[in-house]
Amino acid sequence: MASLAFSSTSASPVALRGRPNKLAIGVAQSGACHVSARGSDRKARLFITRAVAVEKKVSRFEDVAMAPPDPILGVSEAFRACTNESKLNLGVGAYRTEDLQPYVLNVVKKAEKLMLEKGENKEYLPIEGLAAFNKATAELLLGADNHSIQSQRVATVQGLSGTGSLRLAAAFINRYCPNSKVLISSPTWGNHKNIFNDAGVPWSEYRYYDPKTVGLDFEGMIADIKAAPSGSFILLHGCAHNPTGIDPTPEQWTKIADVLEEKGHTPFFDVAYQGFASGSLDEDAFSVRLFVERGFEVFVAQSYSKNLGLYSERIGAINVICSSSDVANRVKSQLKRLARPMYSNPPVHGARIVANVVGDPNLFSEWKAEMEEMAGRIKNVRKRLYDNLSQKDKSGKDWSFILRQIGMFSYTGLNTSQSENMTNKWHVYMTKDGRISLAGLSLAKCDYLADAIIDSYHNVN
Amino acid sequence: MQAQTRLNLSLLHQDQALFSPHLFLVTLVITPTRTILFNYSLSQKRTLYLKNLAFSSKLQFSARENIERKRRRTRGTKMAFRAMISSRATQQSKWVPSAGVARQMSSWFGHVEPAAKDPILGVTEAFLADPSPDKVNVGVGAYRDDNGKPVVLECVREAERRIAGNLNMEYLPMGGSSHMIEESLKLAYGEDSDFIKDKRIAAVQALSGTGACRLFADFQKRFLPDSQIYIPVPTWANHHNIWRDARVPQNTFRYYHAETKGLDFSSLMEDIKNAPNGSFFLLHACAHNPTGVDPSEEQWREISHLFKSKNHFPLFDMAYQGFASGDPERDAKAIRIFLDDGHLIGCAQSFAKNMGLYGQRAGCLSILCDNEMEAVAVKSQLQQLGRPMYSNPPVHGALIVSTILGDPELKKLWLQEVKGMADRIIGMRTTLRENLEKLGSPLSWEHITNQIGMFCYSGMSPEQVDRLTNEYHIYMTRNGRISMAGVTTGNVGYLANAIHEVTK
Repeated sequence: MASLAFSSTSASPVALRGRPNKLAIGVAQSGACHVSARGSDRKARLFITRAVAVEKKVSRFEDVAMAPPDPILGVSEAFRACTNESKLNLGVGAYRTEDLQPYVLNVVKKAEKLMLEKGENKEYLPIEGLAAFNKATAELLLGADNHSIQSQRVATVQGLSGTGSLRLAAAFINRYCPNSKVLISSPTWGNHKNIFNDAGVPWSEYRYYDPKTVGLDFEGMIADIKAAPSGSFILLHGCAHNPTGIDPTPEQWTKIADVLEEKGHTPFFDVAYQGFASGSLDEDAFSVRLFVERGFEVFVAQSYSKNLGLYSERIGAINVICSSSDVANRVKSQLKRLARPMYSNPPVHGARIVANVVGDPNLFSEWKAEMEEMAGRIKNVRKRLYDNLSQKDKSGKDWSFILRQIGMFSYTGLNTSQSENMTNKWHVYMTKDGRISLAGLSLAKCDYLADAIIDSYHNVN
Repeated sequence: MQAQTRLNLSLLHQDQALFSPHLFLVTLVITPTRTILFNYSLSQKRTLYLKNLAFSSKLQFSARENIERKRRRTRGTKMAFRAMISSRATQQSKWVPSAGVARQMSSWFGHVEPAAKDPILGVTEAFLADPSPDKVNVGVGAYRDDNGKPVVLECVREAERRIAGNLNMEYLPMGGSSHMIEESLKLAYGEDSDFIKDKRIAAVQALSGTGACRLFADFQKRFLPDSQIYIPVPTWANHHNIWRDARVPQNTFRYYHAETKGLDFSSLMEDIKNAPNGSFFLLHACAHNPTGVDPSEEQWREISHLFKSKNHFPLFDMAYQGFASGDPERDAKAIRIFLDDGHLIGCAQSFAKNMGLYGQRAGCLSILCDNEMEAVAVKSQLQQLGRPMYSNPPVHGALIVSTILGDPELKKLWLQEVKGMADRIIGMRTTLRENLEKLGSPLSWEHITNQIGMFCYSGMSPEQVDRLTNEYHIYMTRNGRISMAGVTTGNVGYLANAIHEVTK
């Protein structure tokens, strides 16, 4: 393994000893030309220094390979680089207004103003996070008069948005249920697999998306969940499934609960869009509340990135609804013990914003109204897109799945080459699995998008 | 049974290795209808057996009854759904679960033991619970002013005013705020550092010092799986947690000399020499936590020299830059010495103390690489490690840091304020020592002023500390570490008196 650095002032490279796996031609050090070879042939270390007083050390991390680019962020980067006027970014998983601008909710601005005036200190939060936030988030999820909250059976720990909360739960599963595995939907949010991999929790997939109907493969889902070893954790999206936008109906949720009960599985909910999917906080929490009522012990990871627009503040929570308050206390203490060596205690700013918004009745109503507005815009965009597609497409294909899907994302049913055509020919940036983010679509652009989709669907393989 | 399952987690004291062998003692094998339990009492087994029985309750009912139960359950669900949609308030009170539905499943987590209280943060919890008016908190390392109140720096308030309402809250890139990273690197490596110009430093925004150390530990585990980490004795308790949870084996090296309450330099050098070539060492850049004992400049040079001949890798944990002496450049001296000697270093920075941004979790992890390309690769991998932990880091603290350090006026104000904090602490050290000497204490207290930074290793035993807590309502960690930031002109006399009483 060798690395080679050329100095701007040196004349010629020096011959290498050892097996060069990788030639790294990097920015030269001023005044130094050095060649180092290391690896199996440690003795063959060859330093040639020129006019420098100190010997340059060989890096420990020579062999570190470049990580692959993130499949989702790469889309935004390509979009930024594109110069075409009609370009459209449908990769982004962040809400945009009709003018396709990022949106900071009014209630958030008001809450921040309040916080600035109050001038609170910046002391460490306890490991489990801001108490006012934890109370508010559990009540939002389950309903303040929910029996599990009244009987103190809910262990809530503030987490670093959805990702951090999922990671805490995964680390807990790895430590306390080491023989269990997690079942995740196929497809699911890309980072789910990374989280369970890094936490050392084995996972497998259950069928979810049916490309033929562009809908839910319910029979396949039930069959796969039934086939899993008893006591598995089933990762379910509370509402607005990412990336498909396809949610089970209430009847289907009941059947899913039946299967979980039969097999002794534990439901593990990822709730990233409560309030954002339908516009109603309670309606979007239906699935979680159903399982809690049925007497399950439930994991729920929450995020306020989308519904309060607090993306970069990293605010969320992990809730574990347990069978007794004693168990809940112990589980909470162990979640804290997992968090301490990860980040000690969570960031305060986002938590305060949420607590202020939820704690003030006026701000809370205003928030609900703003959420309805955001969800409403997405619904309108879906309707417009569906109308445009139905009118323009003479082939008789049924595009109504767009109306049936819910939330920010829609699985269009386009395959990889068709998605690439969307990008290459029409400058519509989306992920290769056919997912579009309706949050990045405006009513004005629906027409153009409809043309693009019809062209890609019919004219590309 | 009791002794086995209710493991004595109070053994896990601050400076002992915080490994968790107890986790392996309680094993639970779960089958669908029966639970095999080890280390449980007869009554516990019976309770869980009954719970399991309820779990397989279907067997208790006839087929017809089961159909009826199912019908009731489904109907109940539909009703609940409708009720929920129409009104949030009515959903709970109207619906009464039918028999067998709301039965508690036996908990999957019954075997989970309560975690021991964190030795450091647990002190504050106990302090808050104490009703005594004389109570003093010299436990957690958070700065207090002379009235014992938390402080938000003026420069921070001003920065917040500037950023309020101006920017959206879009996700930061995975590596964090590039502006903040740039400023952090200038602070640590020097304003005009060539390494920054040559882009040789792989750096990401991290969740304060803890997050930075954890990222490095995970990176070490993934890319140098055969390596170990050498940690000083004593050190901040959470260091052991971090490398343990990252599953990197730990070793220790001697650091603190109990007799002199200073640095055990010869043992330190010996341990460095005896470690196998190419080992990873965790070094506190300044204001060692918990002892407050730092090597002198000359000693740092010798350490660096020895590191070179042993080809060790130094990871600097710098949580107190500016806070130790009052001068950030001076506090970074150790790092600069190593850089001058040609070491490739790692550095975990925190802005919790020196900018008072504790709860904002603002920090930075940097690794100096051979060249730009390597730095890009290493940074990409650090980001890859952060993605499944928190996706991207929180923005607010980062904005405050970059606003302050990026603006010359604000930066000047910050430097003044950080010097003010350091000076107050140095003043308190002097006063505490003087008080103890005036009380006629037979012991030597010069280590109070010899040590530097927020903490003072008093040399008191755990029993003496317990007496301080129980008799005088003075809260500190049981290793005798006093957080000087919690000492004020108002309580220094009381503190000195109490210490004198328990040590005479």
